[in-house]
Amino acid sequence: MQTTWWQEAYMSVRVLLPTAFTKHTGGKKELDSSASNLSGLVADIEKTFPDLALHLKDETGHLRKFINVYVNDEDIRFLGNEKYEFKDGDEVMLIPSIAGGC
Amino acid sequence: MSSVCSYELRCRECGRSYGNQPLSICDECFSPLEVFHDLEAARGVFTRDAISKGPHSIWRYRALLPVPEGFESDLAVGDTPLFRAPHLEKKIGAGKLYIKNDAVCLPTLSFKDRVVAVALANARAFGFDTVGCSSTGNLANAVAAQSARLGLKACILIPADLEPAKILNTQVYGARLVRIDGNYDHVNRLCSQIADRFNWGFVNVNLRPYYAEGSKTVGYEIAEQMGWKLPDNVVVPMAGGSLITKIKKAFAELIALGLVEEKKVRFFGAQATGCSPISTAVKTGNDMEPQKPSTIARSLAIGNPADGPYAKKAILESGGWAEDVSDEEVVAGIQMLAEAEGIFTETAGGVTTAVTKKLIAQGRIKEGETTVLCITGNGLKTTDVLTELYATEPAVRPRLKDFEEYLSSLNALPTTASADADNLVAGGVHVR
Repeated sequence: MQTTWWQEAYMSVRVLLPTAFTKHTGGKKELDSSASNLSGLVADIEKTFPDLALHLKDETGHLRKFINVYVNDEDIRFLGNEKYEFKDGDEVMLIPSIAGGC
Repeated sequence: MSSVCSYELRCRECGRSYGNQPLSICDECFSPLEVFHDLEAARGVFTRDAISKGPHSIWRYRALLPVPEGFESDLAVGDTPLFRAPHLEKKIGAGKLYIKNDAVCLPTLSFKDRVVAVALANARAFGFDTVGCSSTGNLANAVAAQSARLGLKACILIPADLEPAKILNTQVYGARLVRIDGNYDHVNRLCSQIADRFNWGFVNVNLRPYYAEGSKTVGYEIAEQMGWKLPDNVVVPMAGGSLITKIKKAFAELIALGLVEEKKVRFFGAQATGCSPISTAVKTGNDMEPQKPSTIARSLAIGNPADGPYAKKAILESGGWAEDVSDEEVVAGIQMLAEAEGIFTETAGGVTTAVTKKLIAQGRIKEGETTVLCITGNGLKTTDVLTELYATEPAVRPRLKDFEEYLSSLNALPTTASADADNLVAGGVHVR
């Protein structure tokens, strides 16, 4: 669904960051973003927290492989990843991988 | 590295050191942390002789386990049987097959007792009075039992649809059990947030690097029980992907310290097709993609396994492979191992057995090779997948005549026309 300029201007998603990031964010664990997709959102995080920007991506410029992105409880990879368009009120969580099972 | 401790946490990717603390993620590159042992400090201490004088449990390998100074445990975890499986060999046509039977690992009948024992030793040292985990069942049982024994409070989170036996086997120890309306990956994610918020020791979140080292004891035991020799192949079930990498690490440590001769062991990973992110990545050569699990092998149903990339690397480096099997093959695998060797394993063991059969049929495991199947859990916990296969038998009156009539009624059935003893006794429906 295409968003119009006025929707974009008011659109806001809440972004929650893990504790592992807080060393580079001055202790902050949240931000609001008006990005429309994942790369826009990562750019927003980098702009808000320039220190974190030094750590967030690997040498190929992608988000590091052990960082998972969830949108309203769903892994963004199940929603189309980069193609997913954020909607107003979306809650986005970045969480490092954790293990279980054998 | 501190003078009293021969191990510490290091980032698996960038190598940064973190000492010893309840932490599992590198705050520089956000990759997982792993326990690094100073093998030189263990040389001369971790010897065949010293181990043979140790207790009959995982604690005989203590010199290479991250256990804090002063910690003593009287809990006999591990030291499970390893034995040849001649009937299974005949059935699936392989060389020498051995079963490593953690279906009888104490105290809660799965290999998870090993990892929890090591994690909780550290939980105490870090000062936690409450521990927890996200679990597909076996881990829940192990945390509940061992925290009770150590006098720690436990809060355990599970997917709401878990097998009833695994739920009961957690509640009985007095643990707080929280059913989460979601799959394991949802539960896991919530636990990482809880561990951030509360000062609790989550065995598979902030204690994960210590916990994972407990899996090495499966590898140490296999080598010692084979007379300090390594097998040609090992078949390991994969959920989070950690166990297979830790058995490989254990073998590498034994080689480095001269306890076994150098040998390239091939590692084979086993998954259920309904949740096969790691085996798919191995077979296609692509990066691992998460999946939404749909399989009866719920103890392996982790759609986004954190150690998946490491498991894939370990398998391919070793010259091994990974395979996955359907739910029907899982059940057939459970029945095959039970009927052939008298071992009743849970669905994960059915996966391992069925995948081994498949790998032999593909020629990836060959005649003349020695192969160890890692059976990680007990069938009594997942009886629900079998109940429909075994009909309730009619009650026969306690008279010899009635018994004879009962036998002839069985003979009259077309499926048991040959009426040999096997057919008379075996009442199950075979799905294979």
